[in-house]
Amino acid sequence: MSDELVVAGEKVGSRLILGTGGAPSMQVIDEVIAASGTSLCTVSMRRVDPSTTGSVLDVLAHHGVRVLPNTAGCRTAREAVLTAQLAREALETDWVKLEVVADDDTLLPDAVELLDAAERLVADGFKVFPYTNDDPILARRLQRVGCVAVMPLGAPIGSGLGILNPHNIELIVAEAEVPVVLDAGVGTASDAALAMELGCDAVLLASAVTRAQQPALMAAAMASAVAAGRLARRAGRIPKREHARASSPTTGMAVL
Amino acid sequence: MILTINGERREFADGATLADLVAATLPTDRGVAVAVDGEVAPRGTWAGLALRDGQAIELLTAVQGG
Repeated sequence: MSDELVVAGEKVGSRLILGTGGAPSMQVIDEVIAASGTSLCTVSMRRVDPSTTGSVLDVLAHHGVRVLPNTAGCRTAREAVLTAQLAREALETDWVKLEVVADDDTLLPDAVELLDAAERLVADGFKVFPYTNDDPILARRLQRVGCVAVMPLGAPIGSGLGILNPHNIELIVAEAEVPVVLDAGVGTASDAALAMELGCDAVLLASAVTRAQQPALMAAAMASAVAAGRLARRAGRIPKREHARASSPTTGMAVL
Repeated sequence: MILTINGERREFADGATLADLVAATLPTDRGVAVAVDGEVAPRGTWAGLALRDGQAIELLTAVQGG
């Protein structure tokens, strides 16, 4: 039974999107991609270092994984648009993970710059995946300007704090007409499962895997968690109740 | 002429094109994008783009990133 992630009319495949940042070596990236079964990985655009050997792009190509360039480090819409345009030139993709953050301490999205950049990039023909706050109204505005997905954070990037406002994630999911990707904050497998149970279409994570003590093992755990959470969402969980409800028959009881 | 390439000032022959600069600076141009004075320079324009003294060139590529 096929249950693949589809974005902008294109089949992505795995519902686990992997960031490649934070890994200690290309070898580890190679291992976590294999263990995660991911179909889509993010990369960043940086100055060429001619002394570097081996490109992350070679590793992604080896696994047949699609590349999603990000605009990490950008503080303004102008910087983010230029970075996205350079990524499109370098990587020949019009997909972009749009990040416009406010400062280094929080790495939280700057809503005003983000929306401005999203609008400009959509107008320029990009398929925009915005990393956004867990704000249902901002998510709505990003969809209205034509983003192909919305990617609310669970918690700040790299914090591993999990999903701090599950209710807001549910609100975003409830009105979304594009895929919702829980992006940032995942610390361990249960966080990824919860994201899927809340109705997210996919999970994007990096540090939780690349900085785990055993990255490949955690990548496998995340793949299982995303799959389990997705199944549970589709299965339909029982409602939470204040009081117990017996699962054994309450009729036919012996009089003892 | 003096150009600033990825933040470093370097001397280049007058009349050099962007394609000349890329070939002289990088082992490969695969997966590389270039900005000249804050504007994207599409690959197809490199050979015909004559550089001028004082310009700032950024040579970017994909690296590991979340």
